[in-house]
Amino acid sequence: MKETDICIIGAGPVGLFAVFEAGLLKMRCHLIDALPQVGGQLSEIYPQKPIYDIPGSPGVLAQDHVNNLLTQIEPFSPTYSLGERVEAVEKLEDGSFITTTNEGTKVASKVVVIAGGLGSFEPRKPAIQNLEDFENGKGVTYMVKDPEMFRDKDIILAGGGDSALDWTIHLAEIAKSLTLVHRNETFRGAPDSAEQVFNMANEGKINLVLKSNIVKIGGNATLEEVNIADHNKEETVHKADYLIPLFGLSPKLGPIANWGLNVDKNAIQVDTFDYSTNVPGIFAIGDINTYPGKLKLILCGFHEAALMAQSAFKYVYPEQKLSFKYTTVNGVQAF
Amino acid sequence: MVNITVEDKNGTRQDLELPTDMGLSLMEVLKASEYNILATCGGMALCATCHVEVLEGADKLPELNDPEYDMLDTLPDATPDSRLACQLRISDEMEGMVVRLMAEED
Repeated sequence: MKETDICIIGAGPVGLFAVFEAGLLKMRCHLIDALPQVGGQLSEIYPQKPIYDIPGSPGVLAQDHVNNLLTQIEPFSPTYSLGERVEAVEKLEDGSFITTTNEGTKVASKVVVIAGGLGSFEPRKPAIQNLEDFENGKGVTYMVKDPEMFRDKDIILAGGGDSALDWTIHLAEIAKSLTLVHRNETFRGAPDSAEQVFNMANEGKINLVLKSNIVKIGGNATLEEVNIADHNKEETVHKADYLIPLFGLSPKLGPIANWGLNVDKNAIQVDTFDYSTNVPGIFAIGDINTYPGKLKLILCGFHEAALMAQSAFKYVYPEQKLSFKYTTVNGVQAF
Repeated sequence: MVNITVEDKNGTRQDLELPTDMGLSLMEVLKASEYNILATCGGMALCATCHVEVLEGADKLPELNDPEYDMLDTLPDATPDSRLACQLRISDEMEGMVVRLMAEED
């Protein structure tokens, strides 16, 4: 069990800045994020895009902004659980919380701050009817965590982006057979990778099936075969131990919807006094919350983090009186 | 002004009259018309959550740009007439266009 003052769910820009505002008030933070890296959308979706509306940072690249935030919060030594999705937030009798992830990590805290953006990024799934029947170790997987599990197996990959190309190149060495299925004739991923994949197909190292898509999968208990339809809707059956659809990520509110919070249109309703939710001790800041006049801007999330911290202090240090101090007067007191 | 028809996931159609002089994208118009589309990235052709299929009038639209092509490639259910609504600027060429919402709902 990890112990901290504030457990922040979501390590995007607003979650990261919340560490700073909490740190000024001597509150420690632990951050949890479903993605394997910090930065949220900024790092995952548009790291190289400039953001123009961060006060004092004209035209900062999204990833640079994340790096700046990491530098800014360094004095407050935040801790992280990355690549883990929060499944449950439990309120104990004494008013504190236990937050549990899908990997079984437990975080005890006095305050929970949800800075979850648009929810957790989860793999986009192709429209195949019985896909779910073969998930969870039965043959269908949406990411490659341990390439060794594919050694000497018959693998079918689907998709046309960079990750489909990269994994095709990598797994072809390990697999018994590898088939890449793609909807188009050409790949829009990195040209070098695409060329390599075409070369591997010509050399017979992989089986490349273009202008086609997967229509059906089957097997007893575990995956055994995959039906691929070409553009004339003619189907062929392919033997397969694993199917790896790689169609990118899309955000999902996920388990947050089940935590007893007031939710409106996939956003958590908050009181604009301190961005508190209907559950005392749980706050929601950034894109995940909603209130009259809400704007989904990073700078608004920063403001929300500052006000949240003032109220969170009462839960962390109920005996103490909070006196407001400027960083110009007090500096930053590192932990 | 230009008139288009939008078909939602249930197959219900609605006619919309849209201004062509405000620089709006189809995604922005759909959101403003209270359709439940995520449009996560806010119009940067980076998330593919504003996916539409153009049922009528696809040939009159400007060609796909590379980022739009890339994102559509990530969608398992994309068709030859798929577009990202955020990349389509409301224009006179859209008169009579029919689009079907394809994206996952908000």
